[in-house]
Amino acid sequence: MSKRKSREAHLAVGDCVAQVQRILRERFCHQRLPDRPVGLESQYKHLLELLRRTAVHGESNSVLIVGPRGAGKTMLLRCALRELLELQEVKQNVLQVHLSGLLQTDDRIALKEITRQLHLENVVGDKVFGSFAENLVFLLEALKRGDKSSSRPVFFILEEFDLFAHHKNQTLLYNLLDVSQSAQAPVAVVGLTCRLDVLELLEKRVKSRFSHRQIHLLSCMSFCQYLDAFRSELALPDDFPDSKFSQEWNLNVSELCEEKSVQEILQKHFNSCKDFRSLHLLLLLALTRVSVSNPTLRAVDILEASRMSSADSKANILHGLSVLELCLIIAMKHLNDIYEGEPFNFQMVHNEFKKFIQRKSHSIHNFEKPVVIKAFEHLLQLELIRPVDGGVCKVQREYQLMRLMLDHTQVMEALQRYPQCPTDVKQWAISAFG
Amino acid sequence: MELRTTNICMKNFKSRLPDVTFYSRESEAACGPRGSVVGFSGSVSEKMLSGLHYPGCPEARLRSLREKLPCREVQAGTLLAIMGEPEQYCYPSIFIYGHRATGKSHVILTLLKELELPHAAVSCVECVSAGLLFEQTLLALFGADSAALLPRLPSLSDFVRVYRQVCAQQPAKQTRYIVLERAELLRDMEANLLPGLLRLQELVDDNVAVILLSEIVWDKFRPNTGCFEPLLLHFPDYTKAELLQILSLDSNPSYTPELYSSYINILLGVFYSVCRDLRELRHLAALNFSKFCEPLEKGEAKEGNTHKLWRNIEPHLKRAMQTVYLREVSSVQWGQQQMDEKEATALRGLSALAHVELPYYSKFLLIAAYLASYNPARTDRRFFVKHHGKMKKTSFLKKHEKTSNHLLGPKPFPLDRLLAIFYSVVDSRVAPTASVFSQISSLVTLQLLTQVGHDDQLDTPKYKCAVSLDFILAISRTVSFDIVRYLYDFI
Repeated sequence: MSKRKSREAHLAVGDCVAQVQRILRERFCHQRLPDRPVGLESQYKHLLELLRRTAVHGESNSVLIVGPRGAGKTMLLRCALRELLELQEVKQNVLQVHLSGLLQTDDRIALKEITRQLHLENVVGDKVFGSFAENLVFLLEALKRGDKSSSRPVFFILEEFDLFAHHKNQTLLYNLLDVSQSAQAPVAVVGLTCRLDVLELLEKRVKSRFSHRQIHLLSCMSFCQYLDAFRSELALPDDFPDSKFSQEWNLNVSELCEEKSVQEILQKHFNSCKDFRSLHLLLLLALTRVSVSNPTLRAVDILEASRMSSADSKANILHGLSVLELCLIIAMKHLNDIYEGEPFNFQMVHNEFKKFIQRKSHSIHNFEKPVVIKAFEHLLQLELIRPVDGGVCKVQREYQLMRLMLDHTQVMEALQRYPQCPTDVKQWAISAFG
Repeated sequence: MELRTTNICMKNFKSRLPDVTFYSRESEAACGPRGSVVGFSGSVSEKMLSGLHYPGCPEARLRSLREKLPCREVQAGTLLAIMGEPEQYCYPSIFIYGHRATGKSHVILTLLKELELPHAAVSCVECVSAGLLFEQTLLALFGADSAALLPRLPSLSDFVRVYRQVCAQQPAKQTRYIVLERAELLRDMEANLLPGLLRLQELVDDNVAVILLSEIVWDKFRPNTGCFEPLLLHFPDYTKAELLQILSLDSNPSYTPELYSSYINILLGVFYSVCRDLRELRHLAALNFSKFCEPLEKGEAKEGNTHKLWRNIEPHLKRAMQTVYLREVSSVQWGQQQMDEKEATALRGLSALAHVELPYYSKFLLIAAYLASYNPARTDRRFFVKHHGKMKKTSFLKKHEKTSNHLLGPKPFPLDRLLAIFYSVVDSRVAPTASVFSQISSLVTLQLLTQVGHDDQLDTPKYKCAVSLDFILAISRTVSFDIVRYLYDFI
């Protein structure tokens, strides 16, 4: 009887862990919207008011949301749209067009996409339009005619706004902003970008039609707030099925925040970057270590996750090189030291390597030149060295000028970590004449 | 309900720990005497077990998985943990890097296939255009009908549109995976493709994860305006013991596994400092095993006599490094040669065939080009003018110019200088006919000379000589011209 009971409890744990994984993964990986944007209240109010004026009063607006990657630009906009669409009158009235600079790489594709998202394919049909602007005006006219009394407002949401500025003549931007300035159809043009100098990319005529409203999302989070974010990101919601488990979990997370080692790791992360996305990545890596046998998050998990996310990838690659390739890198390092960063070719590297072999060749026997060339080409393939002129000039491969893409310290650290490194190679790396 | 059964499964699995074998019996026996992998069935296996578990997957399948992924349990376990349960969300993009032949695609594809997760595996080498990539992806994920929806020359926008459209009809019950091998080639395609794929989950609003595999580190991928940062995962290189373990798996049935693993040990002793590529080593191992067994077949040595076997194979392997490892001799030739028991050096490799038959003037033109490329212009008077007057040897050989030109590579020279040297080295009087000039340009098309700076075709073009010293020595020997006397580096 008691045995069965214990098994029941155990099963509940497995169930809970699955639930925790599901909820938190959706939060970290799928960027699920929070209930309210945290720390961005004033920006949120500004944006919401602006969009509301377009939706309700038919006022045309244009605004740019600027902020670094992972600062929550899309989240802010989506939250605002979500709240706005809760109003019944707005929901029926407003049309949305979502464009992304990554997808709509030129204006024709963008126009087709706009037509599609406004459900106007059947209206445009096979008609051929003279110019792009005509087509756009037709689209908006059609929109106007579609409704009984007055035209319906349209939200144009342009993600990766800076990429739209690279289109030819910036026709799309010009027309959208022109409509927002002159024509009657109420539109709101919302651009999202990570470039601070985005206005410099715009042409003069486009710039003059833009309202110069910018919403900056520059994170001014302190470490305390970062800790709070950490806590709230990991916390389970109130509607979690097993309330006892969720209470324990939340308590455990709060305790984690107090712990010294966790705070140190978070401080390190905070110092390198304070956006949410890197925090999510860290938390996801920690979360993957939560399983049935280990149902709570421990400080070790966070430590391990941080170690995984901050590993130096070049050092990892250097670790897997063969001894011959490592010797070549050391030779290149010496050439860099002697000639102060001048580019080198294979012949020089080989010469340097031969000098080393002649002085002391206890551990490494004399390799043939073609074998050394093969090793050199492997380094080229791994992009640890790079041709100076991008491989345009056709010279023999021995004489192609190269540059080493590694730091002095990176080479030395890799040497320290290298498994079973021959001692004389190590000494050679330390001193060119040793 | 399903969860309950899996948990019981896991429990049973753990209680049965001691008698689980990971590899075929031969391999374990092979690893035993080496000493480096002893203690294998103890604590290590327990760690591996905890590393590789997946909810909702029967135990037998997990075991077969483990057998298929030797020495990659930790990586496979991490990957499974990141992927999560099929219906949960996975991180939008995962970037896996590691050296060649460290089992990147093997591990991920085996996992996806064995666990029967919906996935599309695309190699970027095959996709010369982005359109092919989209087509293959849709074909693998949704079947032939969806790929037909793509227009001719599809853009990323079309792909996302079609994906959303099909996805609305067949909503995801499980995470869909798109595996892109050799992802470094994505950088050379359209600029929006890589950032677009990295945030595909957001763009198509489906439970999809993109997995990129590459040899090159992520730092070389990042576009200059940034992108969605993928989760980085490193596949470390195999250690020597692991290589030994994996290579010993494919032992020859007619010999004992111990013999085979001692052979692998010798092979690694020769090649390990040069090559750590598992595929290359495996190929070499398969090629040379018959030679290793020769003394056994002839009855000259017994299996226990490792020293004799080693003495027999070692020079052979060293020769293999200079020939078959560099593809000088093809593997078929190498195998045949072992059958015929000829001397290995008797066969001429590819590079020995580099001799080119050229017309008389072309030879002299090439010699002149070589001299012009590797001698400084101010020494021409000393070499090619008969009565050049006083020229002190000390001033001629300046001490600070000690770095040899054969180290720095060929220097460009103008056409006039080439012709001047040509007239001085060739004995007879040669008229500057059209044929001489056409020979120069045909030397360029043969890639024995290269033209530098393509701006000026007619008026004073500049050239570089693109042949090696050995090649030019052979050429000058045929016209009995002692080129070494005229080279500044050798005076």
